[in-house]
Amino acid sequence: MSDLASPSLPARRPPPKQGPWAWAAKNLFGSAGATIATLGSAAIIGSVLYWFLEWAVLRAVWTLPGATIADTEACRATGVGACWALIGEKHRFILLGLYPYDQQWRPAVCIAVFLVLYLVSTDRRLWNRRLAVIWVLGLAAIWILMRGGVLGLAPVSEDLWGGLPVTLALATFGIALAFPLAIMVALGRMSSNRTVRFICLIYVELIRGVPLISVLFMASVMFPLFLPDGITVSKLLRAQVAIIIFAAAYLSETIRGGLQSVDKRQIEAADALGFGYWTKMGLVVIPQALRLVLPPIVSLCIAFFKNTSLVMIIGIFDLLNAAKRSVAEPAWQGFGTEAYLFVALIYFVFCFALSRYGQSLEKRLDGSR
Amino acid sequence: MSGRSGERRRSDWRSRLAQAFILLSVGALIWFLVDTTVANLQARGISTGFGFLWRVTSLPIPNTWLAYTAGVSTYGRAIAIGFLNTITVSVVVIVLATVLGTIIGVARLSSSWLMSRAAGAYVEAMRNVPVLLHLLFWYQLLLKLPGPRRAFNPVTGVFISNRGVRYPSLEMDTALVWTLLALVAGAVLAGFLARANRLHGERTGQGRRVWPLVLLAIMVPPLAAWQLTNASLTIVLPEFVGFDIRGGSAMTPELAALVIGLTTYASAFVAEIVRAGIQGVPRGQREAAGALGLRKTPTLRLVVLPQALRIIVPPMTSEYLGIIKNSSLAVAVGYPDLVAVVNSMMSDTGQAIEGVAIIMLAFLAISLAVSLFMNWYNAHVALTAR
Repeated sequence: MSDLASPSLPARRPPPKQGPWAWAAKNLFGSAGATIATLGSAAIIGSVLYWFLEWAVLRAVWTLPGATIADTEACRATGVGACWALIGEKHRFILLGLYPYDQQWRPAVCIAVFLVLYLVSTDRRLWNRRLAVIWVLGLAAIWILMRGGVLGLAPVSEDLWGGLPVTLALATFGIALAFPLAIMVALGRMSSNRTVRFICLIYVELIRGVPLISVLFMASVMFPLFLPDGITVSKLLRAQVAIIIFAAAYLSETIRGGLQSVDKRQIEAADALGFGYWTKMGLVVIPQALRLVLPPIVSLCIAFFKNTSLVMIIGIFDLLNAAKRSVAEPAWQGFGTEAYLFVALIYFVFCFALSRYGQSLEKRLDGSR
Repeated sequence: MSGRSGERRRSDWRSRLAQAFILLSVGALIWFLVDTTVANLQARGISTGFGFLWRVTSLPIPNTWLAYTAGVSTYGRAIAIGFLNTITVSVVVIVLATVLGTIIGVARLSSSWLMSRAAGAYVEAMRNVPVLLHLLFWYQLLLKLPGPRRAFNPVTGVFISNRGVRYPSLEMDTALVWTLLALVAGAVLAGFLARANRLHGERTGQGRRVWPLVLLAIMVPPLAAWQLTNASLTIVLPEFVGFDIRGGSAMTPELAALVIGLTTYASAFVAEIVRAGIQGVPRGQREAAGALGLRKTPTLRLVVLPQALRIIVPPMTSEYLGIIKNSSLAVAVGYPDLVAVVNSMMSDTGQAIEGVAIIMLAFLAISLAVSLFMNWYNAHVALTAR
């Protein structure tokens, strides 16, 4: 009794240590293995970083007096690091391609419109019909700006389009137009109609079983043979069609996964309300299915964006091809590293932003379920 | 009753009609395409069919598995060589990317903050850049290396220059085939021994020490065969001859760029798959193994890895298929894989339909084979209810 009543000091832990040293002791040197890992990676990171900074900053050439072979010789001297003067000279060529120099504000505005469209789409308050209207208007504006011929804009041939607008257009139009096709194919694969099911199955498995480059070859060398005499389709449009066909096969498999995981009771409820097939699918099933598979769709979008670079193999002037050609002339030969790092950074910014957005979307969708 | 069955009959009839209509329209579309294509081909004077496979080609193809001479060999042979090259590159890249990706995936889970962040940075930097950019980057970098006269010589017998990588080769006697056959036979025997021992262990609960026997089964037959046939095996080191390096085996800059670029790209995805697999094993499993008194290594080998493999195998299958399909980008750096050879063939002969069909069929066949193998392996590692 007295034991219980006697006041005893509650056992207390020592106050948690704070500050950078405590953090380092816990996260960097928590155990013998962790210490070895930390020191080893510090050595690797340090040497790689030192070597890279020396090349890219300390010994780099930032400007050159001109762009002739004699001028660029300064970059070829031994002991000289990166030649960033290349980017200063060629950034407009890499970003905008062969578009007429005095008209290059037009593709530049197109890039800005694309960026605005992407940013606006992340706002969930706009996820309704308004967003569709904004997209149609935006894409129409891009089309008019690039082509010209109306509103007093000088017409510019598709052969002169190049650089970032082409990459963004191939990716954006590719995904936007693949979407309806993918939904139809996904519905077709779940149809009760055996013929429809079979045709959709063949399409999806055939496209997913072959590399994108073979579909692009099909578009560039086979497709013209399919068309009757007198009808021609430009190379860029053919590549765009190939990308849509390719993307739709992958998208449809993801969407089918979503369709299958929609709660069966939702479908039964729609049936009980007397909805027809298209009302049921369009208003009840597809919206829920798309919501379920939004995160994997974002990762597919990243993959398609990177894959648009394959069009350079069939001779289309996209961002990567522009980088390759920027170092083709004798004055700039041998500076591929700089050109490729520049476009790699652009691809990285787009893909990394998209993947971060996908992760935040996943978290928010999980939270609201 | 009758009204309902009548309705079903009607919907049945309607669905048949719909199927017939779809079949007819698809058939009409195909007929239209074939018709215009045949007309177009005739107008351009291109012959159809696969007869060109037996025609002689002048495509230059270096480094081949099969004997090949430009101007003497046929298109069929050139395409077969391209197919073998595709498979070679795919296998090499799958092995390298799996090893590198596993190391990075495990490093990503390191308890050291610095190491896990470094591995994370590698993954993000590699996977957010197009694979084609990886290839072009490494290709131009390899071409910028100094020429053969000033080649890097990191290890004796290895020379790295802008002509590619030269490394020691093994000169084999044909009699060595017997040694290899004996090695295979020994390995099969060892496999049977290990399996018999495992079954015995499961039946009786008694383990036997079997590894010395297994080692003997692997070692003795090939050594005996080697002694009996007296086969010779010599290592040929590359060396300077005049201005060039001769001897040994060579890897062209094209192949090196393809292998390095595909590996750096794919390893980032493999790392994420491995990380997700290991993280997917519930913590409780590891703790339960600890509570049963298992040490760290058996816990990893017997508890964590088998469960992680179950998570890893399906996404790894699609990653391997992706590597095989990405190997078709060899055409961008000029390595003669299937797609590159067929591409040159198409521009030589104009037989685009046959060319695209060959590419598609070859990749479909490879994809199918890999899927079947990985499904078998997946069933092998999957949870077996006993």
